[in-house]
Amino acid sequence: MAIFKDKQYFRVKLDKEPDEALWLRCKSCGELVFKRRVRENNNICPNCGEYFFLTAKERVESLIDEGSFEDVSEPIVADDPLDFQDEKPYPKRIEEAQEKTGLPSAMILASAKIEQMPVVLGVMEFQFIGGSMGSVMGEQICHGMEEAIERHCAFILVSSSGGARMQEGAFALLQMVKTTAVRARLAKERLPYISVMTYPTTGGVQASIASLGDIIIAEKGALIGFAGRRVIKETIAEELPKNFQTDTFAIEHGMIDRVVKREDLRGELATVLRFFQEGRDE
Amino acid sequence: MSDERTLDMLESKIQELRELNKVEGLDLSSEITKLEKKLSQMRSELYAHLADWERVRIARNPKRPYALDYIGAIFTGFYELHGDRMSGDDRALLTGFAELENRKVVIIAQQKGRDPAENRERYFGMVRPQGYRKAIRMMHLAERFRFPIVSLIDTPGAYPGLESEENNIGGAIAASIDSMINVAVPTVAVIIGEGGSGGAVAIGAADRLLMLENAIFSVISPEGAAAILWKSKERVKEAAAALKLTAPDLLELGIIDEVIGEPLGGAHKDLQQTASTLKGRLIHHLDELSQKTIDELMSSRYERYRGIGRYTTLPG
Repeated sequence: MAIFKDKQYFRVKLDKEPDEALWLRCKSCGELVFKRRVRENNNICPNCGEYFFLTAKERVESLIDEGSFEDVSEPIVADDPLDFQDEKPYPKRIEEAQEKTGLPSAMILASAKIEQMPVVLGVMEFQFIGGSMGSVMGEQICHGMEEAIERHCAFILVSSSGGARMQEGAFALLQMVKTTAVRARLAKERLPYISVMTYPTTGGVQASIASLGDIIIAEKGALIGFAGRRVIKETIAEELPKNFQTDTFAIEHGMIDRVVKREDLRGELATVLRFFQEGRDE
Repeated sequence: MSDERTLDMLESKIQELRELNKVEGLDLSSEITKLEKKLSQMRSELYAHLADWERVRIARNPKRPYALDYIGAIFTGFYELHGDRMSGDDRALLTGFAELENRKVVIIAQQKGRDPAENRERYFGMVRPQGYRKAIRMMHLAERFRFPIVSLIDTPGAYPGLESEENNIGGAIAASIDSMINVAVPTVAVIIGEGGSGGAVAIGAADRLLMLENAIFSVISPEGAAAILWKSKERVKEAAAALKLTAPDLLELGIIDEVIGEPLGGAHKDLQQTASTLKGRLIHHLDELSQKTIDELMSSRYERYRGIGRYTTLPG
């Protein structure tokens, strides 16, 4: 529990840590590529175009104006309301995830600017227990929307989550309701909410807040759906199409507005924000 | 400890003895009394120490009363209304008008099947997008004409299949939660059997959330949690206990408002008794909610859900 003493630990900063290795091998094409070049290329393989995971920090950095980052998250961390223990006690999992990601929870919440336009931006960290939504993430999302109301700006949520956090049981499940309730307040204030779905946006996150955007944008390569492929196969024993729950599946079935390449995401968010902003100013 | 099946066997033996007892010249009444006493004692013991996994089994017991059983026993004049006006009529989620002692209500209920044919029709109570879209339609209707909503929850979960995903089951659940949390009429939800994850929450975001004593409400099935977290499907009992999915646990955690008592052995042992208890509590809650102005109702509903969650605030 030592890390909890130093609150500074939990202030998210965007400074990059030094690289340990200079090279990495692309899992898709097998080529050795310069880590620095991958980084500069939005974590896309410069050789074959495969998308690697962006950490939440890298994602924030790739979207916002340089120097505009301000952490507006609530100073909260996960509790263990069910006293949950599977193969590991839940608090141990939290601690390990915090150490692994350097984040207090599975979400970064920032006030920032995108092409000079103010936004409140929430970004999920998949490496933190699968980006799962428990009480902390639910609260941060709500707080983010309330901040957007306070600052009279748009709210953007970048999802990367397997769904509700099992270890928090019904508390996690009901974050679906909580975030939906606050989302209605944002709508009442006529402030835009842009939902960005990335790999993966599934389960209780897809079945609540992520699907309630005024605009829903999927990053190319996203996985979007409610039930996992494995669950469907086991329950129903159905053959699933090759593009099942991919970005193309989602757009073909009318679930999202657009599929956007990673390198174009910032620009498209700006386009959407500008449209809403001009509408509001008049 | 004896399990439910042993008790059921004993019960049917007693019934056989009662039949025999009618035969002239045979007097088995003292044996029958003895066995009845034993049965009642065993049943009390079993249900006093009911493990969470046992409750899961009771919640899923195919003899358990389903939504239509309660609707028939509690309400009058149920008038079913079909279809989502877009793609179909989901038979796993029923909607309609009914009266509860002269109170007009809209009912939204998940319904399992009693036999294989009915289960094919009702998808074992697993709701598809058209079901949630029908629910949303009825929420809007209820709001327009100021009818309170009673929802009865009993689903293993939303239907996990290709058809569901093609029709955006996740988006349909999200939209249903959105409608329910914002509908400007009193809402009471009762989990009568299985409250399976997002598929249950979709019609559960109510002013009052009640649970029958042996119902369950869970973020994931014990089987799913065992497979993912314990990497072993065999460990369902541990998973069931860890998930805190029983009504008494959820009452203690402040997730639900009330536990509706069931007769010893479960609701299926006495539908009339269970239904009459539930009816009384439904009337109580609907009347209490109807005393509030719409503004009071909406703001207390908002506060309730805005406040859900447990976390630690860091010092400083």
